[in-house]
Amino acid sequence: MAKINIKIEGVSYKVEEGLTILEAAKACGYEIPSLCTFNHGECNLGSCRVCLVEATGARGLVASCVYPVSEGMEIRISSPAAVEARRESVELLLSNHNKNCQQCEKNEYCELLHVAKLTGARDDAFAGTHSKTYLDTLAPGLVRDTSKCILCGRCVARCQNAHGLGILGFENRGFNTVVSPAENRSFADSPCIQCGQCVNVCPTGALMEHSEIGLVDEAFKAGKHVIVQAAPAVRAALGEEFGYPVGTPVTGKMIAALRRLGFEKVYDVNFGADLTIMEEGNELLERIQNKGVLPMITSCSPGWVNYAEYNYADLLPHLSSCKSPHEMQGAMIKNYWAEQKGIAKEDIFVVSVMPCTAKKFENKRPQLAKDGIMDVDAVITTRELARMIKRSGIIFNRLPDEEWDADIMGDYSGAAVIFGVTGGVMEAALRTVYFKLTGEEHEKIAFEEVRGHEAGIREASIDINGTKVNVAIASGMRSAKILLDEIKEGKSKYQFIEIMGCPGGCINGGGQPYVRSCFLPNEADDIVDTYKEKRAKALYSEDERQEVRQSHNNPQIKELYEKYLGKPGSHKAHKLLHTTYEGRVGFN
Amino acid sequence: MERKLAKRGNMTDRMDIALNKFRSRMTSYPPGMCPLVMYRSILQMSMNQTCGKCVPCRDGLVEAERMLRDILNGDATEETLTRLKNLCVMISETADCAVGVVAANTVLDSLNEFADEYESHIKKRRCVENVIQTVPCMTLCPAHVDVPGYVALIKQGDYAGAINVIRDRNPFPTACAMVCEHPCERKCRRSIIDQPINIRGLKKYAVDQVAADQVKTPQANVKTGKTIAVVGGGPSGMTAAYFLALMGHKVVLYDEHEKLGGMLRYGIPEYRLPKARLDEDINAILKTGDIEVHTNTKIGRDITVDELREKYDAVYLGLGAQLGNRMPVDNVNCKNVIPAADFLQAVARGDTIDLEGKKVALIGGGNVAMDAARTAVRLKAQSVHVFTRKRDDYTALATEIESAMQEGVHFKTLLSFLHLEADESDPEKISAVWLQPEIVAEFDEFGFVKTEHSSRYPYRFTCDYLILGVGQRCDVADFEAAGIPVNRGRILADESCAIEGADGVFSGGDCVTGPSTAINAIAAGQVAAHNIDEYLGYHHKIECEAVVPQAKPNKCIPTGRAEIEERDPFERKQDFVHVEIPMTEEEAAREAGRCLRCDHFGCGAMEGGRCAW
Repeated sequence: MAKINIKIEGVSYKVEEGLTILEAAKACGYEIPSLCTFNHGECNLGSCRVCLVEATGARGLVASCVYPVSEGMEIRISSPAAVEARRESVELLLSNHNKNCQQCEKNEYCELLHVAKLTGARDDAFAGTHSKTYLDTLAPGLVRDTSKCILCGRCVARCQNAHGLGILGFENRGFNTVVSPAENRSFADSPCIQCGQCVNVCPTGALMEHSEIGLVDEAFKAGKHVIVQAAPAVRAALGEEFGYPVGTPVTGKMIAALRRLGFEKVYDVNFGADLTIMEEGNELLERIQNKGVLPMITSCSPGWVNYAEYNYADLLPHLSSCKSPHEMQGAMIKNYWAEQKGIAKEDIFVVSVMPCTAKKFENKRPQLAKDGIMDVDAVITTRELARMIKRSGIIFNRLPDEEWDADIMGDYSGAAVIFGVTGGVMEAALRTVYFKLTGEEHEKIAFEEVRGHEAGIREASIDINGTKVNVAIASGMRSAKILLDEIKEGKSKYQFIEIMGCPGGCINGGGQPYVRSCFLPNEADDIVDTYKEKRAKALYSEDERQEVRQSHNNPQIKELYEKYLGKPGSHKAHKLLHTTYEGRVGFN
Repeated sequence: MERKLAKRGNMTDRMDIALNKFRSRMTSYPPGMCPLVMYRSILQMSMNQTCGKCVPCRDGLVEAERMLRDILNGDATEETLTRLKNLCVMISETADCAVGVVAANTVLDSLNEFADEYESHIKKRRCVENVIQTVPCMTLCPAHVDVPGYVALIKQGDYAGAINVIRDRNPFPTACAMVCEHPCERKCRRSIIDQPINIRGLKKYAVDQVAADQVKTPQANVKTGKTIAVVGGGPSGMTAAYFLALMGHKVVLYDEHEKLGGMLRYGIPEYRLPKARLDEDINAILKTGDIEVHTNTKIGRDITVDELREKYDAVYLGLGAQLGNRMPVDNVNCKNVIPAADFLQAVARGDTIDLEGKKVALIGGGNVAMDAARTAVRLKAQSVHVFTRKRDDYTALATEIESAMQEGVHFKTLLSFLHLEADESDPEKISAVWLQPEIVAEFDEFGFVKTEHSSRYPYRFTCDYLILGVGQRCDVADFEAAGIPVNRGRILADESCAIEGADGVFSGGDCVTGPSTAINAIAAGQVAAHNIDEYLGYHHKIECEAVVPQAKPNKCIPTGRAEIEERDPFERKQDFVHVEIPMTEEEAAREAGRCLRCDHFGCGAMEGGRCAW
């Protein structure tokens, strides 16, 4: 790319042609206060007018996030007119904003508050007129509160980019514009897959997870046996909430924190993940041997399952009938564990800590409840867990590193840990399937070719005893759609496909800590470019540290099958660990 | 199929119907309204147009509207004004598209244009004093003729009564019936429903039924013994003479022409205002009271200004603006180059101008230019070509331009005048006009488009005769010499027609305003007459004998406007006979029936039945 000459505040720079002023300035060491844009222009409406600067050759002030640099351009970020206009833009945003910040769970991470501080905006600069607002709390995963919405369009862009779904869009016009599913419906009344990617990018409290902290509190109050289980991706990101560098695994401190929050047992969902591999691996082998429906597709990601039910009902037989790991483990706690401990199912309350908002939908699926007893009673996100830790006065970084409870279901393999990243389930499954077919472990434990941390499609071909097993991995529904359409057209060459709802997998789940480069301007690299890779690394390093790296070698899994389930795919296993799916209509 | 034509009867089409009605409502926005309320409406409309993307436009206009509302409610301070200004500057500088930018600029313009109004709302918590609801036609008529009154009389068939009502303010009912530019129709409330009332047409119907000189003027007042000199026998001077005579003063009227009527006689062609019809008005005026007429008398030549001031108790100068302008270029004084006013005057006097088979060029697009063009057609010119610099230069009434086109006048715009080429064989004549092709450019501060020279080569237009429709001026040299204050060729008189520094001398009409319309001159004559009366120590009131019928509610059913038709262009361009076809009785009755009687309905009812000026 050709370089051009520009000046910022009178200083000359050479920058790449075609960049926006905002990106060019970033390359020159300026973080122009901005709001509606994010992730290098993933949203490029230029709607908020916070990033206004003076640029020669332009009419008035320009929105630097969309205005391209040109040869000889002189840019002034700190001119009085630009400083004043940026402040006034924020003040105008505040004039139609529900400013009950103290109640807003986005508070610490609110970018509107951030630019308000940066620009010196006063909340009483304008008398303020409020457009009609809507609060949508009907969906189990997501809450939409338009009183906080600044109409930046980030969520609209993310839903489209990640999934090609376009659930969210601009409705109405002018001052009465709202961002909502079509016809200003509830999320619950739309084909929204509840993945929470929109929550991740929302700069304010307009889009939030549907918090279930209250449910957990109630369970404690009712004196139930409150058991917690945490998903692998949580440990890779929770530290960010407490000031740790991105990619720091905080497994031990998280366990310690969970104990201090009063949970009776602190289990790792990894046990469930190993169990999933046992069942799913068995299912795959059966399908291959009995000429069942192939390719088989993983079913761990509830966002993906939602997508399939709404959009590819005819492909549902391709989905593995396995419940997702935390649901399997929930079922084991309520049956196996309960029996062992002699506790009534009704007195047990299982809480899952998940990187995911769609899990809040999943645990309420009627297919996952038996006689009114749910496998999992409440799902809280990584962010909600951080909130619980903070409200309890726990100083996280002074916590000791503690171990998971491992009485009867705590052991886990490295294979389970990597469930949290795209390609992880595939890799874990391959390790076990190879052993089942050949009776020996694959010489290399890691299947590097299936690894990654971004959206998109990866594929691999594994030779097992002369049989080629073709596999593919996709994350984000935009990528998944390509594989699904191949199956629909009968052109799919794969036997096994892993699909994760969120781009990059659970490490980038809709319940994970917010990634905001504006809060971390001192990072060497722009954090939005590196966080997925860093979180993925944290999981792969834990895999390497594990002695047991294959699910079938987990001793407690072996014990479980011996004592309780019999063998993978047994009648009992089917009753407790498998589920069914049903096509759904998005817009009724 | 993805590509489709817009569905017939789609939302945009349906909106357009509503928007046309909206436009009519804006056109008829009544005089006497608070401008800030209007600006608030503009802002609200702009808010509707916002797409909702950019913050300055989406939220900023809402806040600006709120501040304007505070100002209107009297809840604002000087600080509100400053904040409104700052906010609008910000919106104008930062909004993405014209919706926000122009909305903000509109408010910024209003802060300058209506600074007094803002100040009044902030300091006194009310509109400035002249903001009151009035009857649109009556207000917009410079002479404030009681339009609903005479329209009602016409509807009743009392044409003499109608003429009486008109004369109460304007002694030229016939001339105005033929040539008035009818500003009264501009904001006619009827246009909210359909179209303005054809007020001029109705007036013409009245004077076509009863000649003005057959309708008795009111009884003149007892003689006061005062004598007033009126200089100029045009619409302004004769109006002043009429009212002064009615008040009981003696009037001595001077005019340099052979006959009275001024530009009405010497400027407006016979085919628009037949001289015989003009005489009906003049006869009626001269019969009013003690008016002594001295035609063929020029001030400065036959009698001095000082003599006038010495001899008479007061003097009214209604000199008009009759001298045609010439551009300051070489060969402009050639014998085949003539200003439009001079040309029309020569034709009116009966001078022979032979245009038969000649190619006539005309520069200018005003009413005088149109009169000259259509006169040239009637003088059997081979072709008549009108050139203007830009479309906005066609200041003539649209109907005049249309009529000229029908009569075969050629129009070409975007040509600016360069110079005149002398005839090689006869240096006393020109053989061609050189014109420069122009392109349209930015607008000027008044909202008119400007032009710039285009890169195309100049355009040589050969012609046998060139008429210059580039304005007239007034012959004020002798008055200036006698100490009457003059600025840029115009007499300096105020709105009461008095002249500061010249006690007892009043002036009005074209010699004060520059070339304008008959009704403006008539208004000046009327105002001057009453102020001269006051100056002389009187306060005469002129009674109008006609009784205006009681108003009846109008059903407001959308009904077309009856236009005055002209004779077949092919026929009418052969002669100087009046071009307009009289309205029929049924047309006039229906047209008069459209009047909403705003004199009563609306604010009039609150003032005891009728709203009077």
